[in-house]
Amino acid sequence: MSQTIKITYREAFKQGLREALQNDDRIFLMGEDVGRYGGAFAVSKGLLQEFGEERIMDVPLSESGFVGAGIGAALAGMKPIVEVMTVNFGLLAMDQIVNNAATLLHMSGGQLNVPVVIRISCGIGQQLAAQHSHSWEPFFAQVPGLVVLSVGTHEDARGMLHTALQSPDPVIIIEYTSMLNLEKEISTDMGAVNITKAKVIKSGKDISIITYGTGVYKCLESADELAAEGIDAEVIDLRVLRPLDEETFLASVAKTHRALIVEDAWRSVSISSEISSRIMEKAFYELDASVKRLCGVEVPIPYPLHLEQASVPQKSDIVKAVKRIINP
Amino acid sequence: MPKTKSKKIDLDAKKSRHLFYQMLLIRKFEDKAAEEYTKAKIRGFLHLYIGEEAVAVGVIQALTDDDNVLCTYREHGHALARGMDAGAIMAEMYGKQEGCSRGRGGSMHLFDKSINFFGGNAIVAGHLPMAVGMALASKKQKKGNITCCFFGEGAAAEGEFHEAMNLAALWKVPVLFVCENNLYAMGTAIRYSHSVQELEKKGAAYGVESSAVNGMNLMDVIEAANEAVQKVRDNGKPYLLVCNTYRFRAHSMFDAELYRDKKEVEEWKKRDPIPEFQEFLLKQKIITEKEIKKIENQVDSEIQKAVDFAEAGTWEPIDQLTEFVYSENETK
Repeated sequence: MSQTIKITYREAFKQGLREALQNDDRIFLMGEDVGRYGGAFAVSKGLLQEFGEERIMDVPLSESGFVGAGIGAALAGMKPIVEVMTVNFGLLAMDQIVNNAATLLHMSGGQLNVPVVIRISCGIGQQLAAQHSHSWEPFFAQVPGLVVLSVGTHEDARGMLHTALQSPDPVIIIEYTSMLNLEKEISTDMGAVNITKAKVIKSGKDISIITYGTGVYKCLESADELAAEGIDAEVIDLRVLRPLDEETFLASVAKTHRALIVEDAWRSVSISSEISSRIMEKAFYELDASVKRLCGVEVPIPYPLHLEQASVPQKSDIVKAVKRIINP
Repeated sequence: MPKTKSKKIDLDAKKSRHLFYQMLLIRKFEDKAAEEYTKAKIRGFLHLYIGEEAVAVGVIQALTDDDNVLCTYREHGHALARGMDAGAIMAEMYGKQEGCSRGRGGSMHLFDKSINFFGGNAIVAGHLPMAVGMALASKKQKKGNITCCFFGEGAAAEGEFHEAMNLAALWKVPVLFVCENNLYAMGTAIRYSHSVQELEKKGAAYGVESSAVNGMNLMDVIEAANEAVQKVRDNGKPYLLVCNTYRFRAHSMFDAELYRDKKEVEEWKKRDPIPEFQEFLLKQKIITEKEIKKIENQVDSEIQKAVDFAEAGTWEPIDQLTEFVYSENETK
């Protein structure tokens, strides 16, 4: 039996990063404050001292510039990991991500692949107000050519980077700042993870709760509460938001015949609207109840804690929604 | 208007003829592209390089095969100067799968990895950060090659230009920025888009060495480019070369040219780089009238071959539509 260790979400990322840098000389980390400051969220703390400034590059506040440079370096044979401090600043690099990283393979007729990994901090829940609280996974997930990963668990924080760096194509890794200090047990031999499949995190028979990112632990805890009341919920972490692994959640719906989709992103044109559509298109006759969604309220996220909490689904909302689906 | 200076550069007869051939090839290729566009053989946006030939030819001759080249959406001339097959370019513009980008890109997205030609980039200034990244990779890999990035003066108003200049200087990477100042960002004259119109001055803000050259004169461009390329190669640092030039044709085939005076265009046409270089070669007795005729015939036949190749090209089957979105080989 393998042993487990207690580890924070932050430390899991750092271990993944260190391992990557140790394994391949072509890999380097570039981003704002990743070196001397130790990473805006201390994920890369100490790595500059360990690997030197060629491998851990502090960059100026030029999101489009350095993300573009990462893409160029990838084209020319390097394996850059580009860290974008927060997803809101990431918008300034959207041109590079969407117009260059995602298109070059196609518009060159297959000649130029772009093996860049772009890590972006994301999420709502730290009273950072409207310009620093976002769940913008849907923006990225809309774009063909990108692989979009959402890190909802410590296992994935530890292992997704490793696999992302094997990808010949651009990978966006969405990380969640609100989870950085969260401790969980993971296996000590935890390493690379698959980045093509969703994962059934908890198996159940009464309802499929489909989620990603910050929703994963929330939904797991909700499922525990529901279990105490005799409801056996299955929890699915989508993990890969593009290309979507529909097989996993369709199979789950075929088993439970009910689905609730949970996300922090704004409701309209979101990941959940896509999942819901696919269930309608491909598993309609499996359903015993209409698919329900719990999403972010469509408002710029406000500063006060009570309003912020009211903007995104909470555990109590999830529990309530599940009960309403099962006992209408 | 800048004056044409007379330069003395050692160009052997063979190279002179080759460069003349390239300029003429670009001119006639673009004429043919316009013709094919009116016949609806080429669709989408078509941006012609006519008038600016001396810039691409003069700069690219200074590069080695290992150097990287990135261009804008007005890049047919650069592709030809870099040695891309005219047929592959024409087929690309026809949208045929025999095109250099399998027809997926069209006129604005010519790519050929085998000659280190990285587009064909149609977001103004979007390729500048990539060029810096490619140069950064060269530096990290100690490859010794340089990256040459062409863009227009319109791009110099974009944030990505300024970010790229700063990053290149900060990181000391071997990139040659070539600003093709043709005085119009689509239909907006430079006086309406730049507070400082001597674009070479923008280098100083970033500690990037820069110079400006008359882009209508091949010999001037060659001299400036040779010097700039040598500097980038020797000291591994970026350089900004501004080539002041002019496009004789409209911005694209949709452009009624309401923003500039016909007389202005006629004035610039008097400085057409091709007759000027031809005159120079004749005067220097590097070439004869007879040889010019021969070169013209060769160019015509190459272009005819390109059109024939494009015409004979085939359409990619629709069932292949979703290819090249992700690499097939997961372990590349």
